Amino acid sequence: MRFVETVMGIPMSVEILELADDAAVALAREAFELIKAADRRFSTYRDDSEVAAVNRGSLCYDDYSEDLREVLAIAERAERNSGHAFSARLPGRNLDLNGVVKGWAVQRAADLLVARHVEAFCFNAGGDVIVHGRPTGLPSWNIAVRSPWDAAGHLAVLAVTDGGAVATSGSYERGAHILDGRTGCRSAQFASVTVLAPRLTTADVLATSVFVLGDEGLPWALEQGATAVLAVRPDASMVGAGAIPLATAEATTIPGRASMARQGQR
Amino acid sequence: MKLKKWRGTLMFFVVLAVLGLTVGLRLYSTVGGATALALGATSQASGTSSRTTTAPIAPNTPKTPAPKSPSPATIPAPAPVPTASRTISGQTQDTPYGPIQVSVTFVGKTISSVTELQAPNDRELSIEINAQAAPILAQEVLTSQSARIDTVSGATYTSDGYALSVQSAIDQR
Repeated sequence: MRFVETVMGIPMSVEILELADDAAVALAREAFELIKAADRRFSTYRDDSEVAAVNRGSLCYDDYSEDLREVLAIAERAERNSGHAFSARLPGRNLDLNGVVKGWAVQRAADLLVARHVEAFCFNAGGDVIVHGRPTGLPSWNIAVRSPWDAAGHLAVLAVTDGGAVATSGSYERGAHILDGRTGCRSAQFASVTVLAPRLTTADVLATSVFVLGDEGLPWALEQGATAVLAVRPDASMVGAGAIPLATAEATTIPGRASMARQGQR
Repeated sequence: MKLKKWRGTLMFFVVLAVLGLTVGLRLYSTVGGATALALGATSQASGTSSRTTTAPIAPNTPKTPAPKSPSPATIPAPAPVPTASRTISGQTQDTPYGPIQVSVTFVGKTISSVTELQAPNDRELSIEINAQAAPILAQEVLTSQSARIDTVSGATYTSDGYALSVQSAIDQR
């Protein structure tokens, strides 16, 4: 069962396997509710969000919610560890936790599904992915990494199992929106960066950081909890670090389950 | 407000359908391209560890003249009772990567498929894998491209070019 909804202005889907449709939809709704709640609290586009209140100066630290403190702590840790290449407070700008909130909220939604004993699911939040378990009868979830130059193109396919998360940062969809926290300037070292980590909260922040840091960010990300990094330079060369779990083509020969794309072809 | 919300949902289904379609096309087109791989060049990776393998490759170029079959991508959602279906082509939108044009098929008020009429050309890709943790060959990267795909990771997709072409098809309805 695949459940889709647009949250935070981003199309998000979750595919839940081995569960009756009714039960799966109910769980998916419950999980999406967590993401919507995060959007209400953290959005910089809503006047009534907690972050908007912080930026108006009408909320002091003692009044911050537990969620806000948790996300702030993640952002501050990322800032410290990246030498402020990652930043939730750019020079001359308001607090903006958007670089952390999506990964954090979607991971929380995925954690809820795990806590509810969902055995296999694939969460895709606008290109950031969390998988759990594995597709019925198959060894892994296979996650393609999109080409920065071709929405239909794939640079590689990663085979991921059990609680893995894949996040990709790039400037090709929303323009050059990723800024260097140290300078406030746009980053142009990579066309896209894909990070694999046990949790999306980690993968998301690291993908953004490596995008800003450039080549030096690859080995650094491995120290910070990434299991693999795949980065694409503007000249279309790729650099990788860590154990990149490349899928093998043999998986296509396993019968009994056609992928969505293949169904589309026939 | 209500219409706006509905449009967003539509747009997502469109993106989903396009992903499905393009993934499918890619699966069938990479097989030929992978054989064009040239291995062997070695270079120094700037700033990272020194042992690297560089392999200039052209996964999908030159593109075979095989016509892009306008096969529709099915949306894995409960199919509505089919009524009259009509297909409308969106305007061609220029993007930094080339022109994009799609056609959208409606069954009643529901989008049943999106077909890419025109897509940006592939760029040549080369692969340079840092040997820091595990040696990975360009060939393995290429091979993985023809593996089964469950989902796609990419920068948050809200492609303006795509959205505009799809939107124009919806508006013409």
